[in-house]
Amino acid sequence: MRRVLPYILIILTGFIFLGRLLYLQVFDDSFELLSQSNAIKIEYDYPQRGYIFDRNGKLLVSNQPSYDIMAIPREVKPFDTLEFAKLLSVTPKQLGEQLDKAKIYSPRLPSVIVPQLTKSEYAYLQEKMRKYKGFYIQKRSSRDYQVEMAANVLGYISEANQGEINDNAYYKAGDLIGRQGVEKQYEEILRGVKGVKYIQKDRFNREIGPYKNGVYDTLPQKGKDITLTLDAKLQAYGERLMQNKHGGIVAIEPTSGEILSLVTAPTYDPSLLVGRKRSRNFTKLWYDTINKPLIDRSLQAMYPPGSPFKALTGLIALQEKVISTKERISCHMGFSYGRSARMGCHSHPVPLSMTPALAYSCNTYFAKTYRKIIEKYDSAPEGVNAWHDHLESFGLGNFLGYDLPIGQPGRIPDGDYYDRWYPGNRWTATYTLSNGIGQGEIATTPIQLANMTAAIANRGWYYTPHILKEIEGDPLKNSKFTEKKMTTIDAENFEPIIEGMHDVYNYGTARSLQIPGVEICGKTGTAENYIKIDGEKVQLTDHSIFVAFAPKDNPEIAIAVFVENGRWGHRYGGRIASLMIEKYLKEEITRTDLETWILNHSLEEEYAKPYTGEPFKINQ
Amino acid sequence: MSKKGGIDWLTVLLFLLLVAFGWVNIYSASLNETAQGFFDLSQIYGRQGLFIVLSTLLIIFILALEAKFYERFASVIYLASLLSLLGLFVFGKTISGATSWYAFGGFSIQPSEFAKAATALALAKFLSDTQTDIKRIKHQLGAFLIIALPALIIIPQPDPGSALVYAAFFFPLYREGLSVAYLVIGLALVSTFVLTLLFGSPWVIGGSIFLALLILFFNRKKKKKQIGRYILFIVLTSIFSLSVNYIFNSVFEQRHRDRFNIVLGKEVDSQGIGYNTNQSKIAIGSGGWTGKGWTQGTQTKGNFVPEQHTDYIFSTVGEEWGFAGSAAIVFLFVALTLRILFLAERQKSQFSRVYGYSLAGILFIHFLINIGMVIGIFPTVGIPLPFFSYGGSGLWGFTILLFIFVKLDSNRKNYQF
Repeated sequence: MRRVLPYILIILTGFIFLGRLLYLQVFDDSFELLSQSNAIKIEYDYPQRGYIFDRNGKLLVSNQPSYDIMAIPREVKPFDTLEFAKLLSVTPKQLGEQLDKAKIYSPRLPSVIVPQLTKSEYAYLQEKMRKYKGFYIQKRSSRDYQVEMAANVLGYISEANQGEINDNAYYKAGDLIGRQGVEKQYEEILRGVKGVKYIQKDRFNREIGPYKNGVYDTLPQKGKDITLTLDAKLQAYGERLMQNKHGGIVAIEPTSGEILSLVTAPTYDPSLLVGRKRSRNFTKLWYDTINKPLIDRSLQAMYPPGSPFKALTGLIALQEKVISTKERISCHMGFSYGRSARMGCHSHPVPLSMTPALAYSCNTYFAKTYRKIIEKYDSAPEGVNAWHDHLESFGLGNFLGYDLPIGQPGRIPDGDYYDRWYPGNRWTATYTLSNGIGQGEIATTPIQLANMTAAIANRGWYYTPHILKEIEGDPLKNSKFTEKKMTTIDAENFEPIIEGMHDVYNYGTARSLQIPGVEICGKTGTAENYIKIDGEKVQLTDHSIFVAFAPKDNPEIAIAVFVENGRWGHRYGGRIASLMIEKYLKEEITRTDLETWILNHSLEEEYAKPYTGEPFKINQ
Repeated sequence: MSKKGGIDWLTVLLFLLLVAFGWVNIYSASLNETAQGFFDLSQIYGRQGLFIVLSTLLIIFILALEAKFYERFASVIYLASLLSLLGLFVFGKTISGATSWYAFGGFSIQPSEFAKAATALALAKFLSDTQTDIKRIKHQLGAFLIIALPALIIIPQPDPGSALVYAAFFFPLYREGLSVAYLVIGLALVSTFVLTLLFGSPWVIGGSIFLALLILFFNRKKKKKQIGRYILFIVLTSIFSLSVNYIFNSVFEQRHRDRFNIVLGKEVDSQGIGYNTNQSKIAIGSGGWTGKGWTQGTQTKGNFVPEQHTDYIFSTVGEEWGFAGSAAIVFLFVALTLRILFLAERQKSQFSRVYGYSLAGILFIHFLINIGMVIGIFPTVGIPLPFFSYGGSGLWGFTILLFIFVKLDSNRKNYQF
């Protein structure tokens, strides 16, 4: 025993050490993380964000360097607060608050103290920075807008918030991320990949060289340039026409689904959201609850479409073979149905067959035709479902699937929808008669209307509208946008409807808006609308709606215009649509009086009405 | 008598492996941008290379001498060593707070590293004297005196770490028949000491009373109760515990208290006094199974661990070679110590055996305290890892210590009674 004890002692010590080493090195990995935060500094090299061009190669958005003052709180040594605050043109109090915030976020990770200094501010500061230990300047690339338009399409970039940093390991505090528009939609293409440098530090926190000779370091990859389908000239013109008005214009190239313009009004200059003034300007835009400039009305305004919808009612009736193009229906300023229900109409020649009924926008004709569609089926729900399915094939009633991050689904009711309203099968076609003329429970967005118009112009198919044309010269490959979507309507059924839309200009509701030398088709629309004032439902002046496409046989542009409280379809919507089409097809405006009328007519007074607190009259 | 036993090559091989691997790690720990090649004498690793080369001359010299020489001149060597230690009080040079060095030109010599070998020789000589009987108190005191003299001279340098190493001589004393009671009492004192620091005197005294009652309960059927012994046990424990309390709080300086508190887990201060241990644990802990690779340790490169090429060299092994490398070092030390014990047992001469046990004890205690400190289970005590840490005196001291034994062992068959 005496001789064995030393052996046991030595071997036991060996095993205790092995156990301890196993625990430290293999089982407890907290030391590994400590080691990294201790000895390795990570530096990022931010790439240039991709440029954005319009369809004709005009540069819309480029970059300018911007400089953030960053700080690593635990490395900040006492410094002359007053002087530094003056250099950064902030108050010492703001500087202190920012530092406290950074400390709370993390003492050893960098935080932005003052964001987005300009080049000249940077040049001045650069020499003095070494006096302030723990602070450094991070170069980034911020946006430089070459145009003052299309803010809704382009979107903007701003610092990633904490949620985004937590969700996506790519983003670190202070990184910029795309918000809204294509900046958000194509963030990963535009941003590129930032470069990383790992730097070995010693215990005095001095940098002593690249970690492992830089084997883990990466170079930044520049963001890719993208070309949009947008036509900058048309977009600018649309925004000009929409001055002093609220609403949206969507123009689509029917043969490709490319969005030519996406105008929302009121809008803002995109360069307002760049640099140090960004947050102040954003707050201003955000709290403008009357103009709501941050809402994209071309994508988000959801209203009953009104009369343009009659074209679809006609198409479905022809496809369902419930009416022939020859059949005429009489109208006596409307018609009565049920015990006390009556649908009004306006004065026009009677009786009408389909093509003139569309040109004159006869309510009676399309309400009765709608009833025939529904009553073709054994029950009202079956009829409404069949009708619903036709409409769905035009991209109505659901998100359209375009490549912009916001939108509204619109609404096309189906049988279940009315079953919920009128339980127990006690509803019939007449309950839903307003649907036939684009009112009732239907709701659409301007881009859906533009797409529907494109599908009519194409005689039965469309491409999902999209804003991206090329990435670094490579055409868009996403099959979502390159595969034809077929509607449920046969091509030959489109002719009488297109004739009707053509006659709208020949002798119908838009006869004064013909474009010399262009065969144009269109349809006016008017949508009643209401708001709540002090809990009371109040009707406002009708919205003006217009859809059009041209030329009639090889269509190059399909357009939907929507002007809030524009009274009737042709008054604002029709005029704007006509000018837009002329601008796009001919590049010259011959009807300068028409243009002048639109530019000089403001609807601001109309918009102010609900906020005056006084009683007001509408539609005059 | 006619034939000579050969050199034990296994021991030599283990020695070479430790020295070589030690240099490899010192190279990594001391590498910096001014380095010019492996043999740059302005660099720490370059000098260590030179020390290793010179130690081979030392080995040849030691092996060339008659084995009898060491036994015969043991007392002279011991006295010379004591004088060299005492001389430090007059001629000593102070390096990082300890006056433990003689300076010769560019190099410094630390006599305490050589005193271990001298003490081992002296103790072996004393115990192997036919007149010495370790069972007798008088001779026990003689042995203790031989061991304690150099330790007592070293403590005030101050270098308590090097003095602590002399506890290693309990190994040969125990082997030669010193009562186990010393060990039991020693362990009891240590555990009372630790428990007092952890829980305070009242708990320790209460615990001793409880323990006494428990033993009394199990022995209740015995006729002879010897109540006096139990009372003595409680009284002695209480006195010791209270005096530990007093010494710890009133005699120790704060830095001593801190060191104990950190290891006992009573205080966590990773920036101040606990910095060394904390950084060392981070470095080792970041090694994983196979480490970050030679010269690739981020903690080593950043010089986060102080004294990394000397006392904390094992943390470089842990970081750059991972568990595989550290386990290999542990294995090498265990193997070398066990091999020496095995060789010591086969000696015919008591002198060689005592010397072998002393050697094994010294190696073991260095291994235990150094690695224990680096991996954070022992208080910070500044002693090097044998053959491994940077330093000429340390390397030569251990080389002499080891190769005298190799020489003695190779000569065991010529031994005459």
